[in-house]
Amino acid sequence: MTTGLLRPSRRTLLSGLAAGASALALPRFVQAQSSAPIKLGFQLHRTGIGAAYGRWYERTAQAALKKLNDEGGINGRPVEILFEDDGTDPRRGAEVVEKLTSQAGCDVIFGPLFSHVVIGSAPRAGELKVPYLVCSEGFHVASGMLNRWSLQPGISDVRAQASSMAPWIANTLGKKVTMVFPDYAFGHDHRDYFTPAIEAAGGEVIKHIAIPPTETSFTRYLPQIPRDTEVLYHVMVGPAVLTFVKELGEFYGSGARPEIFGFIDSLEAVDIASPGLEFLEGTHFWEGMCRTKQEGESEAETAYRAAVGVDDNGASVSDARDVSTYAHMFSCWETLFVIKEGMEAAGYQGPDDRQKFVEAIEAMTAFSAGATHPQGDKVFNGKTHQVFTPQFVSKVEGGKLLRVHTTTLEDGMYEDAVDYTTMSF
Amino acid sequence: MEFGPFLLLALMEGMVMSAVLALTAVGLSLVFGVMRVVNVAHGEFFMLGAVAAWFVTQAVPGHPALGFAAALLLAPLFVGAVAALADGLILKRLNYDPEATIVATIGLSYIFQQAALSFYGPDARPVLAPFDLRLQLPWFGYSGYKIAVVIAAALILIGIWLFMTRSRAGLVMRATQADRDTARAFGINVDRVFATVFALGAAMAAMGAVLIVPIQQAHYLMGHDPLLLSFIVVIIGGLGSLRGTLVAALLIGLSDGVISVFFSPTLAKILATLFVALVLVFRPQGLFGGQR
Repeated sequence: MTTGLLRPSRRTLLSGLAAGASALALPRFVQAQSSAPIKLGFQLHRTGIGAAYGRWYERTAQAALKKLNDEGGINGRPVEILFEDDGTDPRRGAEVVEKLTSQAGCDVIFGPLFSHVVIGSAPRAGELKVPYLVCSEGFHVASGMLNRWSLQPGISDVRAQASSMAPWIANTLGKKVTMVFPDYAFGHDHRDYFTPAIEAAGGEVIKHIAIPPTETSFTRYLPQIPRDTEVLYHVMVGPAVLTFVKELGEFYGSGARPEIFGFIDSLEAVDIASPGLEFLEGTHFWEGMCRTKQEGESEAETAYRAAVGVDDNGASVSDARDVSTYAHMFSCWETLFVIKEGMEAAGYQGPDDRQKFVEAIEAMTAFSAGATHPQGDKVFNGKTHQVFTPQFVSKVEGGKLLRVHTTTLEDGMYEDAVDYTTMSF
Repeated sequence: MEFGPFLLLALMEGMVMSAVLALTAVGLSLVFGVMRVVNVAHGEFFMLGAVAAWFVTQAVPGHPALGFAAALLLAPLFVGAVAALADGLILKRLNYDPEATIVATIGLSYIFQQAALSFYGPDARPVLAPFDLRLQLPWFGYSGYKIAVVIAAALILIGIWLFMTRSRAGLVMRATQADRDTARAFGINVDRVFATVFALGAAMAAMGAVLIVPIQQAHYLMGHDPLLLSFIVVIIGGLGSLRGTLVAALLIGLSDGVISVFFSPTLAKILATLFVALVLVFRPQGLFGGQR
């Protein structure tokens, strides 16, 4: 007997039923005025010195996007993200903003990390009047250097990070600090805000060592570290971070060394158990979110880890050598959900509502920890366009980063340096 | 830190830099000397060497030293083969015209860089050092591997020097360098000499890269600095003069080490570039060039 459309077999009937059922299970996008997808542009460091971050920022954004669409999108409309590589290059960054806005017609742009790219791109976003939500850490947003269209609702800035670490460092590790930092905007923020903060905490910076971000060899800088240094504060970025930390270990060898406090940026996307890094045992790191799964991790964070595909050590579930940029990439996830909240509050329909969208975000005051904000509770300052988050200090023990301190939101707060809401659009 | 140990560290750092720079720059100098080709893609051959070393060490299981030894052999061979191919397919067809080859090698450098980006990816990846030895001096620790780099580079350079001065192939190359047309008249296959020299030059850059890659990581953008420094060294030493290249590599490497440690690495680069400008103005043929 032959089977066909008219005489279905049991198998085709069953598979037809299954297909029908899964179609029913798809999220029903509630019909709004327009049901066209909302297009978000993602300015991605896929290549260049920020590539390790870019790889994970893309994965995090994809995972967040899936969750967002599974739960009905924004205002009942599905959401698309267009990823565009900027080569971690400020000039190309501005071109990417232009392309995503003018050619691709994106509603909002988000995602860039490296501060020189953000500073290079934000003016173009301001000219094009497109909301530009950065995941950059730099103090350039809250300092007032950028414009009304640039916001940072997903990650704290360096000023807050450095000043909330200073009291802990002075009380726990030592008072005489030598700073090693990259010689560009991001590193300068560390220099400019940690130095007064540690003085306020009763300590002092006895030496600043600035290293060009494209440097590939570091031993030659290390003799500049004064003998009487009690704490070495290091923060480094770029493809040579592993070399930097390795050479630091070689330099001190088994001899006496100061306490070492690093920003995890110096080791993002690098396995802390790499050969040559054994000396890090017992040293401390700042983390924006703890790479190693901690005891008592929140349900929301566990779900976030699983959605992005990160294992308990902070590496990819499919390749243990592919370590994530865990301390920073949550910002992409959280920024996407801030975009959703902002667009829904503004009743966003299309590019004409971009201004309403920015105003809706400016009106926000706090984000509570949960599935959309797995990193923790946050306070948002609409005037400075900057969010304040908890910060963590982790200690390396047995090749794992174990959390030893959590700051309060107040630890990182400072007087407003700008009121963007008084500026024109 | 006291002056003595400070200087010692500066000199050690300078020697490592000189060693790798000498290997890379001698390759560039050889190509220019024999072929009169300014190889702008030289830095990318360096990068390809590092990337190839990563692939080889990944493929060889067991002790890191095995993988590293394989890389030291295979990566230069691979890069040399790529260079010979580029010579046959492109440079030869341009009749080694000086201007055209500059443009062609600029194009090649982009092709290599983007190929590495496509097939290797944008990440910096580490290669394990063949051995893990840390020298603990009273004032500071130092990587034993870095000392080994200096020794290995010196041995390779001695090998190259013996090859150029004692072997028949070296004689043929020097003959071609001295006078291409006369060499051809004496029955030397100049095309084959050129392909060999271009491959050898690239392989030397690759060897420098394999030596450096356990210290730095392999990255698709790493070719820029070696290219710039090699040009500085070759111009100071005198284009085409191997002895001059070696002396200049030592000079630039050591002064860079000392100036970087005592003042700043940026100042070291400024002074090196200034020195090049002075050499070009007052002794355009370079310190050891000039018989032409």
